[in-house]
Amino acid sequence: MEKVLLVDDEKDFLETMAERMRVRDMDVTTTTSPTEALKKAEEETFDAIILDLMMPEMDGLETLKKLKKKNPDLQIILLTGHATVQKGIEAMKLGAADLLEKPADLKVLTEKIKDAHAKKIILVQKKTEEKIKHILAEKGW
Amino acid sequence: MTGRPDVKIETELQFFGKMTASISHEIKNVMAIINESAGLLEDYTLMAEKGLPIDPERLKVVSRRVTKQIRRAVEIAKNLNSLAHSVDHFQKSVDMGEILELAVGLSTRLAEMRSVTLDLKLPTDPVTVITSPFHLQNLIWQVLDFAMDASGEGKTVGITFKKEDGAVKIRFTGLAGLKTLPPDKFPTEKEENLLLILGTMIHQDAEAQEIQLVLPK
Repeated sequence: MEKVLLVDDEKDFLETMAERMRVRDMDVTTTTSPTEALKKAEEETFDAIILDLMMPEMDGLETLKKLKKKNPDLQIILLTGHATVQKGIEAMKLGAADLLEKPADLKVLTEKIKDAHAKKIILVQKKTEEKIKHILAEKGW
Repeated sequence: MTGRPDVKIETELQFFGKMTASISHEIKNVMAIINESAGLLEDYTLMAEKGLPIDPERLKVVSRRVTKQIRRAVEIAKNLNSLAHSVDHFQKSVDMGEILELAVGLSTRLAEMRSVTLDLKLPTDPVTVITSPFHLQNLIWQVLDFAMDASGEGKTVGITFKKEDGAVKIRFTGLAGLKTLPPDKFPTEKEENLLLILGTMIHQDAEAQEIQLVLPK
């Protein structure tokens, strides 16, 4: 089961999208506040974070920057009402896994979430291997 | 010669661009909600086909959500239409309440993006002025844009108007930040040109924490 954090200031969008994702067996946490999203990302681990690009309080790119600073391995997919090439490049440079335009096709989004989940597993495995190698080297076994 | 001072075409286009970009963004948000609601109904149908019972209350929630978004879209389209028609006549008798309602309707999303609330309070008696509706909308937006920055900790801009000495005074209140902003920051050349076209005066009162626009009636 993929664990997803959905962040969007449009409450109706958030609720509908979350229900559709839950129907698809995803474990979904929602918030309309980017500040709250930062807190949740610190407290829990998520396979993917879906982030609206334009929000009050803090825009999506700023939130992305802060999330990546806290945890560079986070898989973040940006959703936007109007995707410009410039914003897309900026988001990718900041480490976004992908950028989708609203209304997004849920099939496409689900695939992106599954990709993010797979990437996260690889990253965790890689880190575990590195840790083991480090321990082995240190202990001299 | 048109007999009116020139506003740089960029200023007019920038205003139009800013408003229509915001409107189209909001329409896309509405469409995204309707799109997901349609998708959710499809999910329910598939579940029902598989023999899973569907709670009618869940259908009602989706229906109410779509109705709410349609109402929102109608309001957005109405504002866009009013903005588009504001260039039909550059001298026209307009209802000040309607002008300010449109200004707030157009600016609310932009204000929300800055975590600012626009609080419009209209007097009960209608007041009309003869003016250029498009340039007045443009000027009100420029004032609001600045006022949002000057709204200080309260993050609320009050908007109201009244008839006074044969003129109409629009007040933008709650601007606690006026005291800390340099007095030459506003109005800029852009607003000065609009003030000239409209024959309007602007006053900043840092003590009263407000900006006033005085329009000849």
